[in-house]
Amino acid sequence: MAVHTSQSVVKAAGGNTARGRSRGTGTPPPAPGRIRRGLSTHWYAWTMVAPVVVVIGVIIGYPLVRGIYLSMTDATERNVARTIGVNEMPATYKFVGADNYIEALTGSQFLGTLGWTLVWTVSCVSITFALGMGLANILNRRIAGRSAYRMALILPWAIPGFVSVFAWRFLYNEERGLLNSLLGGVGVDGIPWLNDPTWAKFAVIAVNVWLGVPFMMVALLGGLQSIPSEQYEAAEMDGATAWQRFRHITLPGLRPVSTTVILLSTIWTFNMFPVIFLLTRGGPGEATQILVTQAYKFSFEINPRDFAQSSTWGVLILVLLMLFAVIYRRVLRTQGENW
Amino acid sequence: MTTVTNTPARHAVPKVRLRGERSPLASVALHLTLIITSVIAVFPVLWVLLTSLKPAKYATTTDFFRETTLVNYTDLIRDTEFLTWFANSAIIAGLSTVIGVFVAATTGYAVSRFRFPGKRGLMWTLLITQMFPVAVLIVPIYNIMSSLGLLNKSAGLVITYLTISVPFCAWMMKGFFDTIPREIDESGEVDGLTPFGTFWRLILPLAKPGLAVTAFYSFITAWGEVAYASAFLVGDENLTLAGGLQKFVNQYGAQWGPMTAASVLIAIPAALVFLFAQKHLVTGMSAGAVKG
Repeated sequence: MAVHTSQSVVKAAGGNTARGRSRGTGTPPPAPGRIRRGLSTHWYAWTMVAPVVVVIGVIIGYPLVRGIYLSMTDATERNVARTIGVNEMPATYKFVGADNYIEALTGSQFLGTLGWTLVWTVSCVSITFALGMGLANILNRRIAGRSAYRMALILPWAIPGFVSVFAWRFLYNEERGLLNSLLGGVGVDGIPWLNDPTWAKFAVIAVNVWLGVPFMMVALLGGLQSIPSEQYEAAEMDGATAWQRFRHITLPGLRPVSTTVILLSTIWTFNMFPVIFLLTRGGPGEATQILVTQAYKFSFEINPRDFAQSSTWGVLILVLLMLFAVIYRRVLRTQGENW
Repeated sequence: MTTVTNTPARHAVPKVRLRGERSPLASVALHLTLIITSVIAVFPVLWVLLTSLKPAKYATTTDFFRETTLVNYTDLIRDTEFLTWFANSAIIAGLSTVIGVFVAATTGYAVSRFRFPGKRGLMWTLLITQMFPVAVLIVPIYNIMSSLGLLNKSAGLVITYLTISVPFCAWMMKGFFDTIPREIDESGEVDGLTPFGTFWRLILPLAKPGLAVTAFYSFITAWGEVAYASAFLVGDENLTLAGGLQKFVNQYGAQWGPMTAASVLIAIPAALVFLFAQKHLVTGMSAGAVKG
């Protein structure tokens, strides 16, 4: 080991100064012997993470900074730099400071969309979690045909999302979809699944729950199987009822898994682009438009494309999600969760 | 298929937990719940499969079987750009996966094994970039691609998908590396291997299943991506499957025949692979996520 590292110490020192400067971590020089060893280890680690740092910096960091900048300009399709034929048109948009943010936060469109986005997220996550928990508990019992049931219940997760969404569009079709045909069969009038604001909201939530339950179920099932069976046996000896066992063993035992899946699925649902975009395009009107699809609409569906507005909404979404994640962690921590 | 997949599932089941006796009525209720939910889970998929096998004129009837035919499939392949879209999707998803896994592998290892200044920041960055909504990056990336002349090109989309796959792969591979005992690294050190040598000769071969699952999952993610693909690609011959499928169903009408046939051709291979890989997939995700 020593033979191998002695050679790299020189490089390590060089590598570290370069990196240290760019990362802004000025390490005070302690005893030379210790830092040598430390540096050679860090040199390895930093070299290993370098590709990801470069990729993140170049294709995520730079666009992110640019996006934040765009959100403080009045950039639209008409005034960004573009090429028309052989003519290069320079960018003519200008800096407008916080105007876009003030406009978004004081206008009704952003807040209205945010309201529905919250309803959408909370209902999707809570229904998905409840169903996933119920199914996981059933599948965790000794029951005939368990593997077959498990396989069937996982299927929605295995199908590419956009394919499933089109399958649902087919089922929801107002005139000839299967759901309305079945309703017609029992003498009920067809429901305008995707053309009535209320039904459309119901329809998109149903599809998202259908898509999300398998992940929830599988994750919770994994959590259930990691709870030691002795705990249940002890509780049974003490004569605890099924509900008491669920309440005092299952739920606490599932906490690490459930806090994680709830956080993840909240973030995923909040940003769930394909379901809304492919099922209703935010319609009818703007009834099912969530923040992400509306931000997309600003830059890719209206004319002229409003890049500034879109970026503003994008930044606001990110801020909201990060706030949520921070608060969520803090709440867990005050409840004594080591997370 | 069920027979094959049943076996590992049964092996993985831990010892039976006896929790009181269950009445026959409770058993019936449990089975009934499972049957109903299974039907709801499977039916939309099954219905698309059945519809794809019907001639177009019966596409919207409720009959399960009537004149089974493959005409939708032959039409799809002969008259549309389906194969081109399929190839585009495969190339774009494949490249972004390979590059993503390649770039991220060492990072997953470093984050799993070493303590180094900047590690916490990097972990946070990896986590936060996964909650980036597509809305934050799509406009700037669109403008950058436009100025580089990469819009409507596969390369542009591959680069864009790296923003999703690189942080994800690094994060997930950390989870897999965490499950490999540290004693192996130590034995490598004893044998005089550098950390790179240990990683390359000892750990990477052991992590192959993990790499495969990560690669598979990031492939599926890119395969099913809608927002960037819809915004960056235009023109029939440049689309990916997610864009192509939208062609069949728009506000002016729906061609359910080719739509359902295409859905089946996209979904069945993905679903088969998924169902075989899911055991490892879940382990990896929960390892990465829970230990976070």
